[in-house]
Amino acid sequence: MAETGIGASVRRKEDNRFLTGKGRYTDDINRLGQAYAYFLLSPHARAKINGIDTGAAKQAPGVLGVFTAADLAADGVGGPICGWVVTQKNGEPHKSPAVSALASDRVNYVGEQVAVVVAETLTQAKDAAELIEVDYEPQQAVTKMKASLAKGAPQLHDDVPGNLCFDWEIGDKAAADAAFAKAHHVTKIDILNNRLIPNALEPRAAIGEYDSGTDSSTLYTTSQNPHVARLVLAAFMGLGPENKLRVVAPDVGGGFGSKIYVYRDEIVTLWAAKKLGRPVKWTAERSASFLNDAHGRDHDTHAELAVDKDGNFLGLRVSTLANVGAHNQIFSTATPSYLYGCLLAGQYKTPAVYGEVKTVFTNTAPVDAYRGAGRPEATFVVERLVEKTAREMGIDRTELRRRNFIQPEQFPYQTPCLVQYDSGDFPLLLNRGMEVIDYAGFPARRQASASRGKLRGLGLSCWVEACGLAPSAVVGALGGGVGQWESANIKFNPTGSVTVFTGSHSHGQGHETVFAQIVSEHLGIPVESVEVVHGDTAVVPFGMGTYGSRSGPVGGGAVYKAAQKIVEKGRKIAAHLFEASVEDVEYANGTYSVAGTDKTKTMAEIAFAAYVPHNYPLDELEPGLDETSFFDPMNFTFPSGAYFAEVEVDPDTGQVTILDMVGIDDVGTVMNPMIVTGQLHGGFAQGIGQALYEQCVYDDDGQLLTGSLMDYCMPRADNLPSFKTEETNQPCPHNPLGVKGCGEAGAIGSPAAMLNAVVDAIGVDIDMPATPEKVWRALQSRAQAAE
Amino acid sequence: MYDFNYHRPKSIDEALSALSSASDGKLMGGGQTLLPTLKQRLASPSDVVDLSAISELSGITEQGGAIVIGAGTCHAEVAGNASVQSKIPALAALAEGIGDPQVRNRGTIGGSIANNDPAADYPAALVGLGATVKTNMREVAADDFFTGMFETALADDEIVTAVSFPVPEKAGYAKFPNPASRYAIVGVMASKGPAGVRVAVTGAGQGGVFRVSAMETALAGHFSAEALTGVSVPADDLNADLHASAEYRAHLVGVMAKRAVDAAG
Repeated sequence: MAETGIGASVRRKEDNRFLTGKGRYTDDINRLGQAYAYFLLSPHARAKINGIDTGAAKQAPGVLGVFTAADLAADGVGGPICGWVVTQKNGEPHKSPAVSALASDRVNYVGEQVAVVVAETLTQAKDAAELIEVDYEPQQAVTKMKASLAKGAPQLHDDVPGNLCFDWEIGDKAAADAAFAKAHHVTKIDILNNRLIPNALEPRAAIGEYDSGTDSSTLYTTSQNPHVARLVLAAFMGLGPENKLRVVAPDVGGGFGSKIYVYRDEIVTLWAAKKLGRPVKWTAERSASFLNDAHGRDHDTHAELAVDKDGNFLGLRVSTLANVGAHNQIFSTATPSYLYGCLLAGQYKTPAVYGEVKTVFTNTAPVDAYRGAGRPEATFVVERLVEKTAREMGIDRTELRRRNFIQPEQFPYQTPCLVQYDSGDFPLLLNRGMEVIDYAGFPARRQASASRGKLRGLGLSCWVEACGLAPSAVVGALGGGVGQWESANIKFNPTGSVTVFTGSHSHGQGHETVFAQIVSEHLGIPVESVEVVHGDTAVVPFGMGTYGSRSGPVGGGAVYKAAQKIVEKGRKIAAHLFEASVEDVEYANGTYSVAGTDKTKTMAEIAFAAYVPHNYPLDELEPGLDETSFFDPMNFTFPSGAYFAEVEVDPDTGQVTILDMVGIDDVGTVMNPMIVTGQLHGGFAQGIGQALYEQCVYDDDGQLLTGSLMDYCMPRADNLPSFKTEETNQPCPHNPLGVKGCGEAGAIGSPAAMLNAVVDAIGVDIDMPATPEKVWRALQSRAQAAE
Repeated sequence: MYDFNYHRPKSIDEALSALSSASDGKLMGGGQTLLPTLKQRLASPSDVVDLSAISELSGITEQGGAIVIGAGTCHAEVAGNASVQSKIPALAALAEGIGDPQVRNRGTIGGSIANNDPAADYPAALVGLGATVKTNMREVAADDFFTGMFETALADDEIVTAVSFPVPEKAGYAKFPNPASRYAIVGVMASKGPAGVRVAVTGAGQGGVFRVSAMETALAGHFSAEALTGVSVPADDLNADLHASAEYRAHLVGVMAKRAVDAAG
């Protein structure tokens, strides 16, 4: 079944409905008697709330209810939670302020949800929201990390003195210091990792519904992990129990991490439905998404690399401030700690690495995992530093990297940063990338640009990341609050088609195609006969959902293991039908046979026999062909890559034009090359967005200045080159498919390559995003320095 | 969006009548600024008078030495019009560079200039080419039409009917777009023709479009990019925002002016 099995560029089964407008997103769903919720958002970054008068709003036409924190507290409804306990340097757990389901006595960022109006129509809800009178007492806000940590800074939370969420370290400080003491050369760099606003195409949305007949609730919502959402809503918000709560995440239009979390809007929408006895729909407006979807990145880092006279890396020290915004969310402590610090070794055998991270509360929207989550930040630190070191020491940057690479024969490789890399061939990636970009020809291309008055630059990023979030035991040991396995259930239908129920969730990745390919490969049926179902807690087995590039390695592994269980049960049924012993039944490509005979049975025939068990070993085998697997792998997977960017800078304007972008990736076994390429392209676009265009800006009063697409610049097609990607495929040794995650790779590796290219072109360090004015000013300062 | 009364008159007289009977009426061309403003509840007119069904406002004609563009003509029509492309290619190119395809197929020249967004392209076209604005009441020189940021010489009951562009000897437009909104951070129209030598800048000025007399003087001597070397505009009265400081805008005016002259050929 190679034509639709693993490795085939099968066209995406889901695209027909997406491209013809037949997708079914949360906002497309309408329930009988549905009312509409609208949230009143704080206009202040920091204020005391002395009172909220909802009297006039409650009297407005069409209004069914107006609720504030007090109403939710009275029902014991909790607010957003943090899902990962990070142990600080001093051994204490991180500080997680109590967060209510709506802002209660104070607000801590612009856009924080203060009250909700539920009305017959959305317009009526909005009209009524304008009648709510909130007695705010505005206070000085603090939006910058260093200012927030300073003595006398405004205190965001009574239970978090000094606004410090945690002070955490990784690696061996003494060893790193010793390395620096004997260094021949030390390269230092200061780096800002810009704050980003995710902007998934589909804004967040929710519909809550309560059935008094069964005393059960349903939440339709834009979630990447509906079972986790159900668990959290039941265990922490008091909206369960789980057996009385169904969470449905139907088609979801992009998440990038921002839809992992359970937000206030969703909690309140679900609660209000029961309170009012009416289905309640809420859909975020884009402007609200800018304000209160979880943002990404926002690091301020100083890093130093100690090198001997031959360019061998001796030690790395990294000190980072990370902004967590106004309060914690599910992964907001894990992202700037373990998902960041564990990758600071990069592709290099640097023997001593020490990292320390302070996370800081500020009067800004919560910051949490966003495509790559910690790993883009780590890659950016390491790869900016390595390229700067090469420049300072006068060693070719490919040569410097080559001298320090972990070698292919060293895997599995234990880094000084907790993790053990599984497999890889870093020199292979670099060498191939140099061929594809024509590294040797760059000086001539640079000269050609110079003759046209342009500045040409080439930048590299040789990165490695840890994804396929798992295994449970490791994640638990590091403070994670949930398991990190994945589930799959394969149900054969009596007529030979298959339905796969997965705990993973697709919000654009293409699971319906790739998981069908796994089944096609191992059960010998065409993908057209395989339906993949996801996203409904009432239908699929408990699953952990999709984030951290885990669906291929973990979710796909579960599908594979369930398929193997099907094969083994089928073998027993076949043995009965063949009147042969199980040991003599062979299986290949969807067909059972007995060696030396002409007896064969297809999987479809076996399925029919299992469901119509007229001739069946009922004394030793149950009917049916339906197997479930829960897969918990032994390690993360460690994709790696070598990315090359080539740019041209117009010195008159500072405008950067991307001329070439090459990505050589090791994402393990490639199950669908077309989908992998698509994932990489999307990642490149987001990484380039971070490198050149995107910047979330708050003013000193905490007002979001980049609150719309008019001011927040997302990359567009005309900003991007035609990407060149290839894969080298070093299989992951500890999942059955050999796959490594590919969803975040592009976004992890590309910002450093792109910024290194700009720096190479203009000859001075610059922060992301490399906007025209910033580049122009850097060139002005270089010219002045030369005078 | 708040509720409002919607009118779609077939003639200018009907439009004026609808406007005069409204307590707080608002004219709408293509709605590309007004509709987002309404959707965000930033405006609450009692009545919206949609001018899109008035046939006398549409169309592009050549009249003597001028191209006359009806106020209701959308940007895509201007960009794709054969007369505009052959007689004033800089104007066709400018229209092709406004917004995105959706905006270009809805937004109108009349709506754009009546709104007078300080970062819009058309004000630079009108002033840089020495155009004349025709209204239901009079004709106004472009130099007198744009009076400040989002301000024009239009009276409350005055409707733009057409814009007449004299065909220049040569003209070029160069724009440095805001990467997010694609509005002009700086846009410069430079021309030489019946209206003299003109250099008009949009996007940069606090008061909207403005002419640069020092550049016009330099170009009057010799209409070439080299003639602009050393001629700069002061940063003092220029816009500053997240995307570009006043100093950077002043620099870009010089760069874009040269490119506009180069584009004029």
